Amino acid sequence: MTRFSETSTDNGAAPTPDPEVVTSLLDPATTAESIGDYVRAWGVRIRNGESGMLPVVLGLVVIVVIFQSQKSVFLSAGNLTNLFIQSATFILLGMAEVFVLLLGEIDLSIGYVGGVAGVVTVATAAPPGNHPWWVAIIAGLVVSTLIGILQGLVVTRLRVPSFVVTLAGLLGWEGMLIFLADREGGTNGGGTIRLSNSILLDLVNGNLSVAAGWVLLVVGVAGFAAFLLLRDRHRRAHSLVVPPFGLTIARIVAVAIAGFAVVAICNANRGRIVSHPVQGVPWVVLIVLGTFIAWTSLLGRTRFGRYVYAIGGNAEAARRAGINLGRIRTAAFALTGLTAGLAGVILTSQLGSISSNVDGGELVLYAVAAAVIGGTSLFGGRGKMLYAVVGGLVIATIANGMGLIGLSASAQYMVTALVLLAAASVDALARRNSTRNS
Amino acid sequence: MTFPADQAGAGPDYSGPAPAAVPSSGAMADTADTADTADTADTKWILETRGITKRFGAVEALSNVNFHVAAGQVTALLGDNGAGKSTLIKCLAGIWEPEEGQTLWDGNPVRIRGPKVATGLGIETVYQDLALCDNLDIVQNMFLGRELTSSRLLDEDSMEKQARRTLAELSVTTVRSIRQAVGSLSGGQRQAVAVAKAVMQNARMVIMDEPTAALGVAQTAMVLDLIRTLRSRGIAVVVISHNLNDVFQVADRIAVLYLGRLAVEAPVSAFDQQSAVYAITTGRFDATAVGA
Ligand SMILES: Nc1ncnc2c1ncn2[C@@H]1O[C@H](COP(=O)(O)OP(=O)(O)O)[C@@H](O)[C@H]1O
Ligand SMILES: [Mg+2]
Repeated sequence: MTRFSETSTDNGAAPTPDPEVVTSLLDPATTAESIGDYVRAWGVRIRNGESGMLPVVLGLVVIVVIFQSQKSVFLSAGNLTNLFIQSATFILLGMAEVFVLLLGEIDLSIGYVGGVAGVVTVATAAPPGNHPWWVAIIAGLVVSTLIGILQGLVVTRLRVPSFVVTLAGLLGWEGMLIFLADREGGTNGGGTIRLSNSILLDLVNGNLSVAAGWVLLVVGVAGFAAFLLLRDRHRRAHSLVVPPFGLTIARIVAVAIAGFAVVAICNANRGRIVSHPVQGVPWVVLIVLGTFIAWTSLLGRTRFGRYVYAIGGNAEAARRAGINLGRIRTAAFALTGLTAGLAGVILTSQLGSISSNVDGGELVLYAVAAAVIGGTSLFGGRGKMLYAVVGGLVIATIANGMGLIGLSASAQYMVTALVLLAAASVDALARRNSTRNS
Repeated sequence: MTFPADQAGAGPDYSGPAPAAVPSSGAMADTADTADTADTADTKWILETRGITKRFGAVEALSNVNFHVAAGQVTALLGDNGAGKSTLIKCLAGIWEPEEGQTLWDGNPVRIRGPKVATGLGIETVYQDLALCDNLDIVQNMFLGRELTSSRLLDEDSMEKQARRTLAELSVTTVRSIRQAVGSLSGGQRQAVAVAKAVMQNARMVIMDEPTAALGVAQTAMVLDLIRTLRSRGIAVVVISHNLNDVFQVADRIAVLYLGRLAVEAPVSAFDQQSAVYAITTGRFDATAVGA
């Protein structure tokens, strides 16, 4: 009888634990039978360095407590809504970076690619064309996607390392941004182009009505709950692997609480003039949420996403499985460009203008930091869109809080650097412990 | 070694002839080129190469190799390091195409131009490095490159069911969860996943490159059992191994490569440990040494 256990022996000796089994790689959600099991399995994972998002979430709480103790306005509805808006660019750029980081590649150009997309969008909506807002957005996104494809083709066809190709992009697209901004904004002067299209401005500055926010929250949470519960029930009926029931409930509750908090905060009146209330969930929150859901589904539920993880995990195995590595890699760079373009459009809407002063170099470093702080591996194969969301929130929180306290840019940079280093070190230290112990 | 009752018969999908009886041959021919004449005339070759030659620059990795794989049998491919074993199986798996010679599949000439052609024929290869993605789970690895979809989305439920069935058929029962990352498995379990991945696609011939090289005693025994299970399901197995004990435990036939030439191929009964070692190290096969 072939039994696939190293511990089974012909004389039926007592099984001994298999030292080769790396318990830390076991996903508790798939191996745990109960929520208690799940918590215990997480304990093992954390000790072994597979801590996932735990350190960063704890870190975020610590940062929030510090800022709140320094400046009580930090946790006000107005400031938190502001923080959500500020985080949008970091989150979107972080999600853009996740596509290529999962492949073990990097894209250093996305800050300026986003800037170029912003200029194209503004210019398309501006006179003399005066094209509608959606044409302007599509134009910007098409340009950034084409840039992504171009860079992807150079990486895959000419086999130039992505670090070099996109480093060239970092310089080249900054040049393009300055050129376009000077040309389009020439009459206004200063290389700054104002955004006058009201819908484009509303992407960030407009709000849902209070009622619409609540309705969306209820519909969204109910939809999420129904999706998880029905899927679990279906899988249980077919005796497929199902996460513990308690875990599914915990997930739904967590999403409901987070969603409720966001909507409640955004729906509070944050206007300064009593007669003129400002309230409601900013459109940009929905845009980020929609992008997050779309990209998470793409990575988790399509062949393309599966192949991205496969290539990042073991490119040779993917090649032998008949996967067209070049096509998947190029598509990933295209999606990075597309998402960066969206970030550029959002940034433009937030600023109300776009100029040649956009610091794309800083933006891309924040984007990589957002993805890595959340837990994305720079070596490929490990990461999620959710990590970029959390990482982007952390970065925006630091920027926002430091600004409130009135610390200088120099201090902001250094604190962000420390957080990034701390996040990476927690991971590395735990990992080293686990290899030493085993 | 016994098999569970439900696996004792030939595999249900397999419609080929029963494995040919292995002649207990003292009448081995003594020259390598005609060694296979010792097989009975009705031995059915699922795969046959005729004079294939593969060069890497000036190196002739394979010279004029006539290699045969019998349907429903385990063929051990032996040879010293650099003898050309990996090159030969890569030619069969569609990684390389030989410069000269012909390959017959079910008696029909075929050109195996790429891995997809090989898998299309029913040739599945389990490489030495296994080619698994550690970050993906067992199901995801088993279906890598041939995922099932419904309305363009991955059909995880169907894939998981099918993977579970295949693992059960191979009696791979003790992995903790079919949804655990392959990086968390032991060497033997990884080998099992790689084999299950191969078998799941209605493989008719499974090639394994040194499947036991990295394994301990107990895990090796499991992999050998797995090979026997494949054979009992009517699948031809080609296994490269340096471990003659393993070979003599599972092989029905042995082929020895020596510096790119096929030194000898014959039923296992024509060999003993000594003559096998002699063939591997000298490239010569001395039939008179058998039983001496
Ligand atoms: N990709 C390659 N490029 C150049 N030479 C190769 C390549 N693969 C194998 N060879 C050469 O072909 C010969 C046979 O190698 P190989 O088939 O790997 O032997 P084995 O698997 O029996 O140890 C060796 O001389 C090896 O150096
Ligand atoms: Mg080899």
